[in-house]
Amino acid sequence: MSLIAVVDYGMGNLRSVSKAIEHVAGSADRVIVTSNPEDIHNADRVVFPGQGAARDCMNELKRLKLDQPVLQAAKEKPFLGICMGMQVLLSHSEENQGTDCLALYEGNVRHFDKDMHGEDGMKLKIPHMGWNEVNWAIEHPLLHNIEQDSRFYFVHSYYADPADSSLIAARSQYGVDFACALAKDNVMAVQFHPEKSAADGLQLLNNFCQWNGQP
Amino acid sequence: MSLAKRIIPCLDVANGRVVKGVQFVDIRDAGDPVEVAKRYDAEGADEITFLDITATSDNRDTIIHVVEQVAEQVFIPLTVGGGVRAVEDVRRLLNAGADKVAINSAAIFNPEFVKEAADKVGSQCIVIAIDAKRVNAEGEADKWEIFTHGGRKETGIDAVEWAIKMVDYGAGEILLTSMDRDGTKIGFDLELTRAITDAVNVPVIASGGVGNLDHLSEGVIKGHADAVLAASIFHFAEYTIGEAKQHMADQGIEVRL
Repeated sequence: MSLIAVVDYGMGNLRSVSKAIEHVAGSADRVIVTSNPEDIHNADRVVFPGQGAARDCMNELKRLKLDQPVLQAAKEKPFLGICMGMQVLLSHSEENQGTDCLALYEGNVRHFDKDMHGEDGMKLKIPHMGWNEVNWAIEHPLLHNIEQDSRFYFVHSYYADPADSSLIAARSQYGVDFACALAKDNVMAVQFHPEKSAADGLQLLNNFCQWNGQP
Repeated sequence: MSLAKRIIPCLDVANGRVVKGVQFVDIRDAGDPVEVAKRYDAEGADEITFLDITATSDNRDTIIHVVEQVAEQVFIPLTVGGGVRAVEDVRRLLNAGADKVAINSAAIFNPEFVKEAADKVGSQCIVIAIDAKRVNAEGEADKWEIFTHGGRKETGIDAVEWAIKMVDYGAGEILLTSMDRDGTKIGFDLELTRAITDAVNVPVIASGGVGNLDHLSEGVIKGHADAVLAASIFHFAEYTIGEAKQHMADQGIEVRL
């Protein structure tokens, strides 16, 4: 059996994430939603979701003393960051007049340009909300049974811009070509919401539940 | 390769059952919300919207249970509206499994509520539902105003100005319904849709009047809508979501197939 910890630091509703993982996890797996550092330490795999503003996220992670346990988990066990849980893995975000983040990876989180236009000349709305194509740059166990350019559900106004482009696992287009997934060793972090991305999203979560943490 | 236009089936829910009326009267039963939501998910819906039209506050908790049940079995975005008046209502719906909460009349009575809600849960969770009716006489310049109580009460508020104000207050998306067209099956009010969509920098969902698949395409192509919402054409199985998407794709609209 495997213990899957969904990190709860008060940023957004985690019910969808935990229900989606329960839906695909093996019958012997246990899914817990937790803000206890001990649980994260003991878990076999860690899911790090989150939505809201970068500064609030960082403040809550520190207040609950979850910043170090999360970083530690990202260094040693299968780890899935989702949305804000991807962005705060970088060193800095432009949000809230600049916010220092967890700095697992060097890089910046940037706001979409307010004056972007699509191929048809229409103004692009912010947030980037809806189903967009995900173009994978790598092969990875988490992509098992997921087709190239499958659409996943996004809702965000900021995007990750890592200093080391070899971290980029997938890209999407929205006015700019942006990194929508990062991967290194035992970490996969995605900007989109697999828990809201129908069959392909569930497939990715299912793959994560079986992943041994090797790229 | 770009963002897909969304097709959103809408379920009006009263006392825990899906219903559909014509211009808010003549309500017909259209099924169990969980079963209907699962069917739409299987057909490829991009999102599902529930509007709670339960008349009495005693039965309001029913929608919470509906959302909980749906969220356990349907893994696409869920928007829930109807009777949302306080930040506590927003929180309860999000905690039950809603991704977005639609606010309608409470925003008109107390616009500060929108600011407060967006500040607490983030703009991406706040949808402002606008019920608009054309008020200009024929030959005059286009003008629409906001109506409440299912289109019966006028407020004197200009719809375009209201949309701009609500985005400024933190709305992350606008659900725009033409009260002139709702339930008529003669198509969206495309001028209204375009006026609002072009005026704001957040996604706009067009609603009210869909009777066939061409109406959906027109909402995107002529109305500039980011998403199109329909209820009756899907409920009574006139068309599947898959047929609607294929039709839009055939017109050159980017959709998730």
